[in-house]
Amino acid sequence: MIEITGLTVHFGGVTPLDNVSMVFPAGTCGLIGPNGAGKTTFFNVLSGFVSPAAGSVRAFGTDLLSMANYRRARWGLRRTFQTEQAIEALSVFDNVAMVHEHCAARQSARRQEVLEAIAFVGLDGDPDERVGTLDARDRRLVEIARAVVGEPKVVLLDEPAAGLPEAETKHLSDMIQRIPEQRGALVILVDHDMSLVSACCQVTAVLDFGKLIASGPTADVLRNEHVMRAYLGTDDKV
Amino acid sequence: MKAVKAVDAESSRSALAERTGMAAFTRVAPARAIRWAVLVVVLVVIVLAVPVLLSTYWVQILTSVAIYSIVTLSLAVLMGRVGLVSLGQIALLAVGGWVALRLGFAFGPALPFPLLVLITGAITSVIGTLIGLPALRLSGLYLALITLMAAAAITQVLAATNFPNGGEGFLGHSSANVGNAVLARPDVMASDAGFYRVVVVVTAVMFLIAILHVNGKAGRAWAAIRQSEAAAIAAGVNVTLYKLWAFALASFMTGIAGCLLAASAGGLTTYGFPTQDSITLLAVVLMGGIYSFWGPIVSAVLLKLIPEFLKNWGLPADVLTILFGLGVLQAMTTAPAGLAVQVPKDLANLGRALTGLARKRLVRVPAPEEHAR
Repeated sequence: MIEITGLTVHFGGVTPLDNVSMVFPAGTCGLIGPNGAGKTTFFNVLSGFVSPAAGSVRAFGTDLLSMANYRRARWGLRRTFQTEQAIEALSVFDNVAMVHEHCAARQSARRQEVLEAIAFVGLDGDPDERVGTLDARDRRLVEIARAVVGEPKVVLLDEPAAGLPEAETKHLSDMIQRIPEQRGALVILVDHDMSLVSACCQVTAVLDFGKLIASGPTADVLRNEHVMRAYLGTDDKV
Repeated sequence: MKAVKAVDAESSRSALAERTGMAAFTRVAPARAIRWAVLVVVLVVIVLAVPVLLSTYWVQILTSVAIYSIVTLSLAVLMGRVGLVSLGQIALLAVGGWVALRLGFAFGPALPFPLLVLITGAITSVIGTLIGLPALRLSGLYLALITLMAAAAITQVLAATNFPNGGEGFLGHSSANVGNAVLARPDVMASDAGFYRVVVVVTAVMFLIAILHVNGKAGRAWAAIRQSEAAAIAAGVNVTLYKLWAFALASFMTGIAGCLLAASAGGLTTYGFPTQDSITLLAVVLMGGIYSFWGPIVSAVLLKLIPEFLKNWGLPADVLTILFGLGVLQAMTTAPAGLAVQVPKDLANLGRALTGLARKRLVRVPAPEEHAR
């Protein structure tokens, strides 16, 4: 469980996160909102790339914000990026292995656990192939394999389906749903694809202009009129 | 039930991956073995045969090519693998030379040569890491500028203090012409041929260390840092540590090169390390290539062997400046997105585009004939 209390971030005069408090229970949670709502900023606070002006983040009883950013991966916080960041110069195997070697001490089990993670995301090509030669879908899968290798506690997925065709999104959706059960991690999914979010997430929180405007069971949240308004605009604006 | 099935499927898939992984390994192994065997044979020939076949003059030049290939290697690793630009390597080379001479004159034969080499490397490594500290905050042009300024400062200090030549005091330099600033060599490498052999072996060891780094944990962390520091941090890489480690390694190697240079014929002079040489070094390293381990060797040949050829052909050395300028221009124009990352990728793209074009032609030519028929 992740508890966010009073989280506030300022960028100059802009407040991308404004006193946000929410709770993510175990399983797969959705985080949605229009562009600029503060979703990626929220991930960046969790990753330690952005320091909040106020607020606390407790994940499974640990105060995340007091931890050096690179130590959070070892603790079990993993993420993917909106613009996919699999390391081009390395092979698929090395991409996943490098996360394992910085996050898990068990060197003896490395090869097996890395191959397990690669198989888990459904990459069936040559693990020694360089990521630079892979297509967009496979690179995303490599990035997710990096996020689930070893013993992840929290996996943040930042628009994993962006730019993927529908058939690939189906595969992605099935795989994301298996993460909590098979990899033992809490998943927070940010995406604009509402069918993906409703298929994967039991609960969903909605941000708009840095404020939490709704949260709860995904189906209820998506029917919420505030959420509709945030996405579609209000009548009087039109 | 479902979960069990999924796990089963997963384990069978991972077993498959394991098998394909193993297959890949056995497929690659002989090629790799052959490559290493060829390298070792070439190295043995270079070490044993070259001094016998060539005159002392050319042996000395090849010695300096080998020494400078350590310097180009250090810069290539910094730029190509970690994405850090340093214009301070020539100054660090001078620092290595100074430290080696200082230790050499202080302890004499009491300090065994291999130990002297290692200590020089270690001390230069500390100094180089200090110069690299701004790299934690800066990158690209600004880092290049800082390292260039540091190099200029070191050059200025050296001009004032000079290299130790057996004089008194901490600086160990006497203007009363006590002797040349040259490191005494032990008997094994007293002859130029013997020294050349030792230098080649040390150079080979430096390349081996670099290769082991790049193919190991450090190399994978560097690859991540080079592409995206955010991705590296998210993978658990201590970016600060690995950047400093890169500077430490590069300056360790450069320091050792300085030590060898101090022991080579003629010794060291302060005007042997002008600040602009760091820029020339950058140019040849970019020309030689920063992503393969052959690059630094090509760079060292460009830097130290080609000028000798020009001299022998009676051409002025300035021709070289023009050649290097053109060479860098060519390298830069094919790498518009950033000088440290793009070169080989763009060349590969160019190659692919050309073969694509050629293939298109081949396909298009018979088409009208068929149409006519």
